Amino acid sequence: MSEPIEVSLSHRMNFADKEDLLDRTTQGIIGTPMDRPEGPLKVSGTATYADEDHPPGTVYGWLVRSSISKGWVTGFNTRELRAMPGVLAVIRDKRMLRNPAQGQASKAPYQGPAEIFYKGQPIALVVAETFEQARDAAIKARADYDDRSEKGVFVPAEAKYEAPRSQQSSQGDLDAAMDGAAFAVDVEYHTPSMSHAAMEPHAAVAWWDGGSVTLRGSYQMLGSNKAELADSLGISPKKVRILSPYVGGGFGSKLGISHEGVAAAIAAQKLGRPVAVALHRRQQFETTIRRSESRQRVRLSCDAEGRMTGVGHEAWVSNLPAETFSEPVSQATPFTYEGENRKIGHHVGRLNITCAGSMRAPGEAIGVPVTEAAMDELAHAAGIDPVEFRLRNIPEKDPSSGRPFSSHRLADCLRRGAESFGWHNRQAPGARREGEWLIGMGVTSAIRVNMLEPSTARVILLPDGTARVETDMTDIGTGSYSILTQIAAEVLGLPADRVTTVLGDSDLPQSSGSGGSFGAASSGSSVMLAAKAVRQKLAKRMECDPDELTLKDGYAIAENRRRTLAEVLAGDTLQGTGTIKKGLTSLGHQQASWGAQFAEVAVSSVTGEVHVRRLAATFACGRILNAKTARSQCIGGMIFGIGQALHEKVETDARDGSFVNRDLAEYHVPANLDVPHIDIEFLDDRDPYANPMQAKGIGELACCGTAGAIVNAIANATGHRFRSFPVTLDKVLEKLG
Amino acid sequence: MRQFDYSRAASPADAIGTDARIIAGGTNLLDLMKLQVETPDRLIDVNHVGLDRIERDGDGVRIGALVRNADCAADETVRRDWPLLSHAILAGASPQLRNRASTGGNLMQRTRCYYFYDLDAPCNKREPGSGCGAIGGINRIHAILGASESCIATYPGDMAVAMSALDAVVEVEGPNGRRDIPATEFHRLPGDTPERDNTLEPGEMILSVRLPAPLGGRHIYRKVRDRRSYAFALVSVAAVVAMDGGRMSNVRLAFGGVAHKPWRVPEAEALLEGQAPAPDLFDRAAEAVLDGARGQGHNDFKIPLLRRTLSAVLAEATEGAE
Repeated sequence: MSEPIEVSLSHRMNFADKEDLLDRTTQGIIGTPMDRPEGPLKVSGTATYADEDHPPGTVYGWLVRSSISKGWVTGFNTRELRAMPGVLAVIRDKRMLRNPAQGQASKAPYQGPAEIFYKGQPIALVVAETFEQARDAAIKARADYDDRSEKGVFVPAEAKYEAPRSQQSSQGDLDAAMDGAAFAVDVEYHTPSMSHAAMEPHAAVAWWDGGSVTLRGSYQMLGSNKAELADSLGISPKKVRILSPYVGGGFGSKLGISHEGVAAAIAAQKLGRPVAVALHRRQQFETTIRRSESRQRVRLSCDAEGRMTGVGHEAWVSNLPAETFSEPVSQATPFTYEGENRKIGHHVGRLNITCAGSMRAPGEAIGVPVTEAAMDELAHAAGIDPVEFRLRNIPEKDPSSGRPFSSHRLADCLRRGAESFGWHNRQAPGARREGEWLIGMGVTSAIRVNMLEPSTARVILLPDGTARVETDMTDIGTGSYSILTQIAAEVLGLPADRVTTVLGDSDLPQSSGSGGSFGAASSGSSVMLAAKAVRQKLAKRMECDPDELTLKDGYAIAENRRRTLAEVLAGDTLQGTGTIKKGLTSLGHQQASWGAQFAEVAVSSVTGEVHVRRLAATFACGRILNAKTARSQCIGGMIFGIGQALHEKVETDARDGSFVNRDLAEYHVPANLDVPHIDIEFLDDRDPYANPMQAKGIGELACCGTAGAIVNAIANATGHRFRSFPVTLDKVLEKLG
Repeated sequence: MRQFDYSRAASPADAIGTDARIIAGGTNLLDLMKLQVETPDRLIDVNHVGLDRIERDGDGVRIGALVRNADCAADETVRRDWPLLSHAILAGASPQLRNRASTGGNLMQRTRCYYFYDLDAPCNKREPGSGCGAIGGINRIHAILGASESCIATYPGDMAVAMSALDAVVEVEGPNGRRDIPATEFHRLPGDTPERDNTLEPGEMILSVRLPAPLGGRHIYRKVRDRRSYAFALVSVAAVVAMDGGRMSNVRLAFGGVAHKPWRVPEAEALLEGQAPAPDLFDRAAEAVLDGARGQGHNDFKIPLLRRTLSAVLAEATEGAE
């Protein structure tokens, strides 16, 4: 076969997209609810996840946990462990991680297994011939510790808080606005530490070939993960290859390289054999990352007509010493509602508990439910319907920066959603009762900033008229395989079964990876550009302007000429490379995805149990690339919100900072019975400032607010406000009296 | 790895009188073995010894130790005459677990105390003499009744709560022969030997559970928990109440999630027996149940929760009945 003919397109998003390519193509596959191409593999158990495909000769590592929370490891029963059957190595290497890398770090996180910063920190890796031998030896591991010098800090009330200057802002005079307001609320809310608890626990298997290492792992962002692993090991990124063809959920917990990956690579290097390291569910809870707990003070004020005059949002979150990440709780607050007088405060406390990091919609996921609950309180104080109150306060432009919005559909979502849900049936607080059950309805706006990240992809059109998409993008259950197949098929005019999408290999062109809901828009845009480059080449061969070329069902059509792609290719392979970069549109316009969510709950007046009876949402997030995977993302996000509202909390022992409920029996995520019927509606939407596909983020938006709608519904049901998440029955009982 | 012997019993006699740990469904024991919370040297598998039928026994019924929870809950006779048992079983675990879990094994289910599961935490149940992590720790799911200075763990199951209310009898056989243990006495209070969950003696095996003649009346099992499925009870109330001329009779009450064993208070039942239902009477019954109740901090709410749930269950059980 001859060398492929290479074409490329690179696009920086400096201006609104006017081309609208995906609205002019004719294959008709974009936006359809196409089944996942890899679906049959997943449901038949033949999609091989990280720990399900080991090279011959693989041996097994198990991480040893620190049994103290702060101090130093001074000794270790290595000799005893080495004498155990099958044990090959006890590794305490300075390159091992204290905690996983934060998302997009692209460099090693804090390293060193000797100094202990939190209970459960990995202090060694035991490697043995079998998984069971390694686990047994790890359980038998005994360290000597020095924990006398300094006591850890385990509860937020005792933490020292920093207030990074760049994360504080104010305009006008919020105190004066509050004092002079017709109505005002000044309330404090609390959200707990939470865990991602992805279905697939973290796992990796590493093997070396000369000076190069290959790591099969469960990661979300292979480009930065490659750099993080290389930096952790002290080798060049060129010597690292990471494979993550399938990822069983991440939610942010697999954004950065983690303990298991680095430890497996170190062990494989030392032993000269492939080493697999999987985390037990209990390790996933305590040694990966958590979502920080938060304390949030919200101050809101409005005039007698319900027009807002002041917005204050101050947050206190935590992390390990020296970690730069802190949950950006108030991320959406500056631009969501009107108010001339504003204050944003952000404080980070240092705690000796498991590292805090990104978890689905870091910031808005816990910030929006709180501000939306406070909005409900203010609407109630002002005697205005909560939907109407929100509608009165939607700004024309970003009230903090003065920037225009790229697109603003919040009002449309609220109106449409209220109508679909039957919001007009909502009654006064405490007024609706069915037997022992108090019934209430609640609303929330859903807001999540929209992002674009650099992304590159290859689309190869083969001489037989089939195509292959190649990028290091991951599919973490979101539907990347589906949408990238659809985008390439749409632009090249191919049925989906003639497009193969290959993902999850860091040797492929570097994508945005999966995170921040930017994956679909960023990697999708790069695939679209790559396919467009191929399309332009086909136009040239058809001797027509690209705008006059129709590609459909494997045919190229221009004027009255119709040829199969194979005929046009005449034995050639066309290889298109597409690159998208963010540009001025991310600076000049405030971009967000929008939604409105509605909840109906029943609260037992006997036990305080809360049942969610109905959830509905209307979203506007640009072009929908796949109606089925988009809907699934929203359903999943809203279930996430149910957990946040009612169930999820990492219980932390104040004596040593340990997470005590670190299994799925005691860390409660919603079970099927907790999840009611969920209605999802997408508004027909385009955002030309977002990217050339005019699509925006979905998966995180869906969980930004749900918990607010639920607590607002509980307030409507009971007449009581609950300002501490999750709203467990003990908290309800306390107020019911 | 941690070695253990495994053998398969062909008949109950193979398992009785040995020092091996009996394994049936394995839904609890295997998890604990993987964590080395349990470290038996020998396992004997009783899944093939029979004892897997529900048979008539006079006016009552005998449930074999190997009858799966799913089968017991679905049994036509159980559902008709002892619906409480069926409701309680279906309130626990998941369909997959109930398909596997056995009647005898479920009685042997161990506590879900967080500190029992954590090898690095003190736990007198797991490691006698090491202390109790839950006292002064996170104790939201712990006992309010019958706890001791050395252990505040709860028995987590549902099935045994119904069996206690129904006056079931656990039929066991050991090297010295067979004996009956009332379900109410099968589990025990922790005292200063919390490592012992129950009164089964070494070498004894559960053969069956006998339910005496049906009590009639209404059967209610109300399980209050942090989510609607697949969560252990914070408080559960098992109640049987018949109505006779506007008065309560054959009252049986048992409570789960509040103690180291299913909690049964005959005095509370006696207060109700022969009386017309009334809210203040229900309150007095609850007071009798809660006599000596003491919270540990995080679980203080269980005291009012039990009171409220019991009142609601009694109201439901007696409402509209003659």
